[in-house]
Amino acid sequence: MMFDAAMKNPASDIVVDVKDLSTWFDTGKQVIKAVEGMNLTLRRGRTHCIVGESGSGKSITARSILNIVPKPGRIIKGQVLLHGAGGTGGIVDLASLHPKGRQIRSIRGRDISMIFQEPMSSLSPVHTIGQQIIETIRLHRRVGKQEARERAIEVLAQVRIPRPERSIDSYPFEFSGGMRQRAMTAMALVCEPKLVIADEPTTALDVTTQAEILDLMKSLQQRHGMALMFITHDMGVVAEIADDVTVMYMGEVVEHGPVKDIFFAPKHPYTQRLLASVRALEKRSHRAGSAAKLRSDDAILEVSSLSMSFSARRSLFSRKPKEPPVKALDDVSFTLKRGEVLGIVGESGSGKTTLGRCILRILDPSSGSIRFTGRDGAVADLAALPRRAVKPYWGRMRMIFQDPFSSLNPRMTVFQVIAEPLLNHGMRDRRALETEVVSLLERVGLTRDAMWRYPHAFSGGQRQRIGIARTIALKPELIVADEATSALDVSLRAHMLDLLLGLCREFEMSFIFISHDIGVIRYMCDRVAVMHRGRIVEIGDADAICDAPSHPYTRSLISAIPKPDPNLRGKSQRIRYVSEVDG
Amino acid sequence: MFGFIFRRLLWMIPSFFAVTVVAFVIIQLPPGDFVTSYAADLATSGSPADSATLDALRVRYGLDQPMVVQYLTWVGNAFRGDLGMSFEYRSPVASIIWDRLGMTTLVAFCTLAFVWLVAFPVGIFSAVKQYSIGDYAVTFLSFLGMATPSFLLALVVMYLSVEFLGYSVGGLFSPEQVNAPWSWAKVIDLLGHLWIPVVVLGVAGIAALVRIMRANLLDELGKPYVETGRAKGLPEATLILRYPTRVALNPFISTVGWVLPVLVSGDVIVSSVLSLPTSGPILIQALKTQDMYLGGALIMFQCVLVLIGTLLSDILLAFVDPRIRYDN
Repeated sequence: MMFDAAMKNPASDIVVDVKDLSTWFDTGKQVIKAVEGMNLTLRRGRTHCIVGESGSGKSITARSILNIVPKPGRIIKGQVLLHGAGGTGGIVDLASLHPKGRQIRSIRGRDISMIFQEPMSSLSPVHTIGQQIIETIRLHRRVGKQEARERAIEVLAQVRIPRPERSIDSYPFEFSGGMRQRAMTAMALVCEPKLVIADEPTTALDVTTQAEILDLMKSLQQRHGMALMFITHDMGVVAEIADDVTVMYMGEVVEHGPVKDIFFAPKHPYTQRLLASVRALEKRSHRAGSAAKLRSDDAILEVSSLSMSFSARRSLFSRKPKEPPVKALDDVSFTLKRGEVLGIVGESGSGKTTLGRCILRILDPSSGSIRFTGRDGAVADLAALPRRAVKPYWGRMRMIFQDPFSSLNPRMTVFQVIAEPLLNHGMRDRRALETEVVSLLERVGLTRDAMWRYPHAFSGGQRQRIGIARTIALKPELIVADEATSALDVSLRAHMLDLLLGLCREFEMSFIFISHDIGVIRYMCDRVAVMHRGRIVEIGDADAICDAPSHPYTRSLISAIPKPDPNLRGKSQRIRYVSEVDG
Repeated sequence: MFGFIFRRLLWMIPSFFAVTVVAFVIIQLPPGDFVTSYAADLATSGSPADSATLDALRVRYGLDQPMVVQYLTWVGNAFRGDLGMSFEYRSPVASIIWDRLGMTTLVAFCTLAFVWLVAFPVGIFSAVKQYSIGDYAVTFLSFLGMATPSFLLALVVMYLSVEFLGYSVGGLFSPEQVNAPWSWAKVIDLLGHLWIPVVVLGVAGIAALVRIMRANLLDELGKPYVETGRAKGLPEATLILRYPTRVALNPFISTVGWVLPVLVSGDVIVSSVLSLPTSGPILIQALKTQDMYLGGALIMFQCVLVLIGTLLSDILLAFVDPRIRYDN
């Protein structure tokens, strides 16, 4: 393709050459080898993806290249060779420079720049976008303020921020996540670096926004011809943009090569496992296939015309007219059958979480009804019940939370965590409690001795299992799972979903499964509801929606998902959805 | 922005009334009134007054009225600039406290400036060099400073300055300047004396603020935007001052609201020890003798300082932090 000519003469093309790099963290008690014997060659005009699960050393590699490893980390050995530093054509070993010295500082931001993961917290909250970009320019170039400002506006226009001459004076908190990441990209590009390192730049964004940022990066790379080092854990993104791939595991490179070799002829067992777990999410779970036939008349939940709005706060002395309330849910109706798994998919801010919380009456809906039919046949409208009367239903409807770290109290043992709902709903006998907790732990794949340990002793996946054990402790009839697998590594997701499906069949539970990840929804759910701005725009069988969506919004959502197959790159047309509200 | 300041000023009115009620109730809380303690004084000096005289006194001072009436009279008069008569000094309260309030304000604001000027850089140093020997030294001194009662420190400083500097340390002026009219010589003399109460009162505040600044900055130093700045190629010192310190400043500013009253009330005991011509010593005296108008005026003044301090910190904060919305 474009750079085939360059491939024939590789040496002249190298921007950064990492040789035998090791970065260790010496905490005093133990030495963590975050990166060990890393080799990496980054070439002009090529995108090099670094893949691996959390803790595999991807981010530390990036920081080692810039020599900004956080304490107590230190580059122990190896070289980071920058070719043509400052336009002189010489080779500088960045790893040997003093991390606070003048020379390395002049390279950061000018020759090598970095885009970080969290667009919210990676920009200073109290400085305008412009101040932060202009600062970068003036650090590396002798230009006046006015000239720097014009350059900043130019770059903001390049990253397609609307009205750049006004946006330059905005603060980051006035921007959406996608816009912030564009501003961050503008800041990285402003000095026309030879290498841009992007550390999970799209992980915190919605799929549609992610697709736009990826498009942007590709076009900018074609325009400027810089090398791009792209860190991600998402194989779909890799297939979408990578030329070369390096797979990391436990601080070491297990495999590297051109993207097609990695996808179609992986040599290392870890790469094979990683790809298998990604592809598993491309189809329906083998467990989901065995779904019992649902009786059409047996509905556990009938939601009709549910609306909920958050009213804007207004202070006593404010003279401004009251802002209209934000409609989080707008006339939502659906039916959930007994034993069914219903997926709810949508972007952040579409009202998925609010819907889940309204059903459980954690939030109070402003109108509509939620008819819950218990196993005993009793029907109740949860929306109309007073707060006190909802409590008994919380034994029958339960929730699984997104973040396995903050949803478990760090000061309670696993026994206390799991036994708490049992205690709250009347089980008092200590021995019976212990037996029950043990059987629950074993059911979710943990051992009995886990009971007396605290949550911090467990990994993310194990913690989510503890959370699930707590959820099923009362044998609920309905479970609302809010992004239950989003915080887990891909390799764990399919296992977790299989566990949930197994439980669903075993206890005849119904699921409302909220996720922004279509792969997870397709794997797990019988039916899907697609939400957009508080409304359900489409609802139907999971396979039908994923393969042949009918609503334009669903089509744009599905087309934005990167497919983990480099052969499909550029083949599928991206569809953009413009809401009627926007006009 | 102006709308915001205006609204904050309006809010001060109800707050001020709430504060006057509290001040008045505090004054009335101890059993008895000025007449009882006056009678007790007379009794100890051997010439007890008969109850008819005492009742006449009560009627004269309006002490026989119900509390609500007394409060309304007091507040109403205060608005016309009449803070009442001091029973003890038998002269208008305003004339007694005016000079002293000026001195109190002077001492308080000098101390505040001193506290900030010292605490700010030391706090930054302590956070940036976390767990270094310097940090441990600062931490040790901060805890020592917080734990030492300021009157004790006042005694120590007095002793040291008399012993080694040969100063007369009582008061804010040398004896020959006390009653002299204002002149440059008097101002210079004042500055020569002012540093002792400023240091003594400031130490505890500095210690607390150093800890606050250190904690705030440590929270911010690990934030991703600091790494962004480092990856831009910013020099370390500029980076720390321009980004994390700037963000950590916000909680620091909001401390003005409470540091000011702490300084003023700390001043009560310290100024008695150092015999400063501030409001502290007469407040103690007024509370002991239940001289309600004098005590009430002083307490009200302190509360007003709290209100002003809070207002100042709110306005500063709104000015410094773009994330604060003025209209909500």
